Amino acid sequence: MSHLSPFQTFLLLSIVKVIVVFVITLTAVAYTVLLERKVLGHMQNRWGPSRVGPFGLLQPLADGIKLFLKEDLLPMAAERPLFIIAPIIALTCALVSIAVVPFGAAHHIYANGIGVDMFDISNINIGLLVILGITSIGVYGIALSGWSSNNKFSLLGSLRATSQVISYELALGLSLVGVVLRAQSLSLRTIVDSQSAHGLLSWNFFGGFQFVAFFIYLMAAYAETNRSPFDLPEAESELVAGYHTEYSSMKFAMFFMAEYANMITVSCVATLMFFGGASSPLGHLLPANFGGAILTVIFPVLWFVAKVFAFLLLYIWVRGTLPRFRYDQLMSFGWKFLLPLAMANIIITSLVLALHG
Amino acid sequence: MQLALFIIFGALAVAGALNLLLQRHPINSALSLVVVMMSLAVLYWSLGAEFLAAAQVIVYSGAIMVLFVFVIMLLNAGEEERTKGSRAAYIVGIPGAAAIFCLLSFVFLSEQKALGVANLGGHLDNGLNNIAEISQVLFTKQLLPFEVTSILILVAILGAVVLARKEEQ
Repeated sequence: MSHLSPFQTFLLLSIVKVIVVFVITLTAVAYTVLLERKVLGHMQNRWGPSRVGPFGLLQPLADGIKLFLKEDLLPMAAERPLFIIAPIIALTCALVSIAVVPFGAAHHIYANGIGVDMFDISNINIGLLVILGITSIGVYGIALSGWSSNNKFSLLGSLRATSQVISYELALGLSLVGVVLRAQSLSLRTIVDSQSAHGLLSWNFFGGFQFVAFFIYLMAAYAETNRSPFDLPEAESELVAGYHTEYSSMKFAMFFMAEYANMITVSCVATLMFFGGASSPLGHLLPANFGGAILTVIFPVLWFVAKVFAFLLLYIWVRGTLPRFRYDQLMSFGWKFLLPLAMANIIITSLVLALHG
Repeated sequence: MQLALFIIFGALAVAGALNLLLQRHPINSALSLVVVMMSLAVLYWSLGAEFLAAAQVIVYSGAIMVLFVFVIMLLNAGEEERTKGSRAAYIVGIPGAAAIFCLLSFVFLSEQKALGVANLGGHLDNGLNNIAEISQVLFTKQLLPFEVTSILILVAILGAVVLARKEEQ
């Protein structure tokens, strides 16, 4: 590898990182679907998928093959270019934002005079804004899919989704300001580092008194990802399947994957912002070099994965428990309750920081 | 690297702007405008103004243009009909635009020294980052314009609420 220039080394290592993270994310998406079907099944006193492979573990593979082989229908009245591009926008935006998520402790490997962070595709100093920006672009996928289908159910679904996402984006963004004020940075790595001093006690949720912000974030995030109890855009009892009614085969699968990829991203952000990211909850109770060199690198990744997994379980639990909101309830909840609460949280957090810091 | 980014995304912005004018369906025009906004964001980023770039994407592409698309979808606006347009615009249009372009570039190029070099990234004197620099300027030197702008926006919101409210019988 010595005949490569530093730039080429950087490029090569980055591509390897991107491919590894991409494959892991897609696998996680597939298995989140299975997890949801299994957990929901058990909550409803049935087994869930259990035929393909041991405990139904190969079900995602079978689903994938099925969706690939299905006929790709294109409605005659659809606006062709937009109809095709909409699922691509949705899936791309859902997958790209994982690029700025640091999923382990900063650990550089050095080659040809260039250090590359192993557990972070790119550490940008405005990582949080990048995630918010990409999320806000993702709504085009949903909006265009409903309009270009030329179907009234799809249109209603996408209108609901668009207005819902725009409304809850405000509360979502404002709920994160308290954390940014505490960390004094928009870099996700810095935000995680600011919470890693004393384990559990220095996490923003416990030590930072940002639990109000966390609940605002959680509710706004459920609305942003169109998940129950805010799943009005695809309410099957009123709108058939909402914005993806007319989609079949892989185009439908792309929307489906986008939904679950968004769930994973939202869980990652919740972990990073409020629960210390990859830092251990035990703090200094364990010695810094616990378990040797390799385990110290792997443990943070395991903590991160465990936290994200807990959030995904919470998503499924909520879906199995809560009934759907009514549309006017959804809007007044977002604008009249979450938004003022988020602003109050910002004011109180900044007052406390100004008086104490 | 910066030159390559400038050429690619500058060309994309111009192509998007032309497409905006040439498309006959309003939703295609709106989407071309989104492309223009995003390319501008990349240009800001390549100049070192990453906060401005992110704000451009979140505010313009993510909120304002979504509302444009939303309204077009809601009204179900059809394709526009091509009209002949006014004869004066046909004759004066392109020469006039070219003249204004030449005039502006002449002024900018001849007064280059007096105008100084734009530094969108801000002068990083104290080792602060971009966002800290912008907020320092906003809350010290530019405090009055900043507050006046926020009051202006507040007035606009109130106006919208008054217009949208139903008359009570």
